[in-house]
Amino acid sequence: MSENTKNYYVPAPSFWPFIASTALFLMAGGFAMMLNKIATGKPLMIAGALIFAYLLFGWFSEVIRESVGGLLNKQVDKSFRWGMGWFIYSEVMFFAAFFGALFYIRNVSLPWLGDAELLWPGFAGTWPSAGPAIKEAFTPMAAWGLPAINTLLLLTSGVTLTWAHWGLMKNKRNQLIIGLVLTIALGVIFLFLQAMEYHEAEFTIKTGVYGATFFLLTGFHGLHVTMGAIMLTIILLRVLKGHFDSHNHFAFEAVAWYWHFVDVVWLFLFIFIYWL
Amino acid sequence: MSTTTTTHHDDHAHGDHGHPTGIMRWVTSTNHKDIGTMYLWFSLFMFMFAGALAMGIRAELFQPGLQLIKPEIFNQLTTMHGLIMIFGAIMPAFVGFANWQVPLMIGAPDMAFPRLNNMSFWLMIPAAILLLSSFFVPGGAAAGGWTMYPPLSIQGGLSTDMSILALHILGVSSIVGSINIITTIFNMRAPGMTMMKMPMFVWTWLITAYLLIAAMPVLAGALTMLITDRHFGTHFFNAAGGGDPVLFQHVFWFFGHPEVYIMILPAFGILSTIIPAFSRKPLFGYASMVYATAAIAVLSFVVWAHHMFTTGMPVAGQLFFMYSTMLISVPTGVKVFNWVATMWKGSLTFETPMLFSIAVVFLFTIGGFSGLVLAILPVDIQLQDTYYVVAHFHYVLFSGAAMAIMGGVYYWLPKWTGHMYDEKLGKVHFWITTIAFNVTFFPMHFTGLAGMPRRIPDYSQQFAEFNMISSYGAFALGLSQILFIYIVVKCIKGGEKAGAKPWDGAEGLEWTVPSPAPFHTFETPPVVK
Repeated sequence: MSENTKNYYVPAPSFWPFIASTALFLMAGGFAMMLNKIATGKPLMIAGALIFAYLLFGWFSEVIRESVGGLLNKQVDKSFRWGMGWFIYSEVMFFAAFFGALFYIRNVSLPWLGDAELLWPGFAGTWPSAGPAIKEAFTPMAAWGLPAINTLLLLTSGVTLTWAHWGLMKNKRNQLIIGLVLTIALGVIFLFLQAMEYHEAEFTIKTGVYGATFFLLTGFHGLHVTMGAIMLTIILLRVLKGHFDSHNHFAFEAVAWYWHFVDVVWLFLFIFIYWL
Repeated sequence: MSTTTTTHHDDHAHGDHGHPTGIMRWVTSTNHKDIGTMYLWFSLFMFMFAGALAMGIRAELFQPGLQLIKPEIFNQLTTMHGLIMIFGAIMPAFVGFANWQVPLMIGAPDMAFPRLNNMSFWLMIPAAILLLSSFFVPGGAAAGGWTMYPPLSIQGGLSTDMSILALHILGVSSIVGSINIITTIFNMRAPGMTMMKMPMFVWTWLITAYLLIAAMPVLAGALTMLITDRHFGTHFFNAAGGGDPVLFQHVFWFFGHPEVYIMILPAFGILSTIIPAFSRKPLFGYASMVYATAAIAVLSFVVWAHHMFTTGMPVAGQLFFMYSTMLISVPTGVKVFNWVATMWKGSLTFETPMLFSIAVVFLFTIGGFSGLVLAILPVDIQLQDTYYVVAHFHYVLFSGAAMAIMGGVYYWLPKWTGHMYDEKLGKVHFWITTIAFNVTFFPMHFTGLAGMPRRIPDYSQQFAEFNMISSYGAFALGLSQILFIYIVVKCIKGGEKAGAKPWDGAEGLEWTVPSPAPFHTFETPPVVK
């Protein structure tokens, strides 16, 4: 195809999309079987996940080779920016669905259940609650322990990442590397503390709507921090290989956008899940 | 709209070199035209499959009493007919159009992310396998209705999980596809093609893609909560744990109502392309069309609870959603008037695409009016879950979306295949489709107003005549689509050669390249004045 970077780069035919489809098929089919206690489900799902990991590695390697090989011009760079921006927007809407559910439960369904005297007399319907029919007592997570420390960690990681970006722009390689390492370390400590918090929680995902909203919202957030930390690690490896310069480093910026988005989600979580 | 000033194109030398042939051409494709073709064939297959399910429904409803199909199978048929028509037929067809036409219309060499584009298509296949094969698992296919309301959907078996995960995959496909389309439109336009010079079809797809990116993740959230409620002991939709089944309906319809416009806005774009071409006049009120489309998109996010007037909501909420719903008829009315004004004093000819377009303007408007009737709160409480609703959404989805797709197929077939389709057969297909459609669905207004409930395999004697008429119409409608396939295949195999611009009134960059469109087009962007 076009070796000329004047033209928009249209890649040659590629197997990766089909491999992606196969991986997702195995994962989804396997998961459906596993949920219904069919023994072949789990191996299928694991196979799918392995193919998916291979796919991510292979496909991104190819894009990196194209980038390093100078095939991607300014217009392609702009496409990447639009694409990443809209991808993050879709993630915002994904979390919005769960926050919407949280607000509905706190402000609509619980008060209504509290008012329904005939059904569950004496049920108060105030947040935090596990609902009228789940009797065991539970202690909701306090905001000003681990969660506050975690907030501090993630906010700091946003600062260190920006500091690393400044290093990249001013060609200060050490600042860039130290900043990235610090950011990854803060992310990993965050995940570790989050795991500790889960371990010490005096309720489970089955503890009514409190447990459900707590674990789904913080769980999906934790998943995103994990993905962000992996992405940052790959960026770090690419930095060590000397892939970026002060003008040409959109991969770094994309991951930074993603990391800041995950930070902002956490702030909302801290306010509405832990604090208020 | 746009006019081209380039005199040459770079498509001649690039023909078909350097890409695999046979099945690998399709599996590994990075070409927007090939991917568009795959989307369109996929959609046609799913359209026929889901149509066959509808034939089963109408066969059972041919007479009162239980005749052919057990009630639980009937539930599977209605559920899967809805799911497959929406996610397997209508949406992929529009993505097929977007793939073929958007790069051609804006003078781009391809989509912005050609490999992701192919991934979007190939993700349809596992989803389709999951949906179709769910008929054969123990307990049969999902049977809780395409909307999957809990608590019914909490009780379903393996097939419910398969459907949920199929929708998850389709969501990924739609989001990736939409990011691709938005990026293509923002970043790949030929020099000189400003936003307000873009063809109306491109505008409608830009806004549709925005709706998809905003709405599909919300569906993913709803489906995720459904799965955790089913298998991991959460209580999102269970009042015993403080949740609420109505919560699912809120989250679902927050996706579901934009989804309605996702399925009609590209149809509006197709109409806005075809009607000016055969009226030999530019589109009347181009700017107002753009603003109306945007207004519909914004409003689509604040009307969702009109699907839930009878499920329990404070009166203030009901009133808000009633008025916001009625408000949508304003921008929609702008569009209808603009199409009519485009035809006004035009030199009209009535080739098949134009026939379909005029029929859509007329029949979609009927569906819009019955939508207004349903928006009226006290009336809706009477009509909820009756055949009036079925009539309404088939007037907007079949005689809106599906017939616009057919019109679009006839309009662009010469560009895609290099041959003219059989005009006589096309007209026959149009008239049978239109008449059979109305015979099928118009009586449902009456049975619905008289109180016949939907999604029930049996009905009271007094509805017998109308149901028999509906069933006759449905069989004719189903059979006539075989003619459609025949016409399309015949056009691909041969026929009168089509010139670069077979429609003398057509406008736009796609008509500046030869027919069939070469494998690569606009590798050097054209300049638009």
